[in-house]
Amino acid sequence: MIAFARNVRLWFAPEQIREEGGTPDYRFSLANERTFLAWLRTALALIGGGFAVDQFLPDLRWAWRAGLALALLGAGVLCSLRAVNHWMRCERAMRRGEDLPVSRFPAVLSVVIAVVAVAMVVVVLVGWEG
Amino acid sequence: MNARPGQERDPGLQPERTRLAWRRTTLASTVAAVLAVKSALHGDVSAAGIIACALSCALWLVFLLIAHGRIRALASSDSPLALAPRHATAAVLCTVALAACGAALVL
Repeated sequence: MIAFARNVRLWFAPEQIREEGGTPDYRFSLANERTFLAWLRTALALIGGGFAVDQFLPDLRWAWRAGLALALLGAGVLCSLRAVNHWMRCERAMRRGEDLPVSRFPAVLSVVIAVVAVAMVVVVLVGWEG
Repeated sequence: MNARPGQERDPGLQPERTRLAWRRTTLASTVAAVLAVKSALHGDVSAAGIIACALSCALWLVFLLIAHGRIRALASSDSPLALAPRHATAAVLCTVALAACGAALVL
């Protein structure tokens, strides 16, 4: 938790990260930036999915619809916050010449998306019957 | 990998790829913003809906400006500087604020 708070401070202190270690090859930094953008797109897709659930499934019961939409929006928020955190950790690891950080997040996100997909199937079937 | 900065063509076209990644991300944020606007203006239009709609448009515009600034920075030199954490954080905060808008609309 303390490490996380320190990371959050670094998000807002751009000078601090440039003081550590040496500047890596710009191509590595750009690759890291593209990975960050890919995660940000994933987050935007989840948020768009939340809006879409709210918009395009009007026949669902309100609780189901709001629950699914909020779950997708929440996943989008988590994904985007994790994107900037992971980008910064990678950037710092490259500057210090350390190994890149590993993460359980992709696996967790996959499982969550699978669960949401199953829930969607159930919801659509139930919605049609009702 | 004996590249001397600024003198040799980059065979991986890294700045171009990064530029296109920013474009894709802008496109994704446009889709999300359009869905947000549609959601806000769906059915009975309330004051809260209009505020959420304006906020989504503003957030999209901020994201566009961040992306545009970065794309120009990438184009300006052969070995561009790494992304500033300030800009990364700003882009993420736009995304989070859009999700907050969505949560407000759903509830």
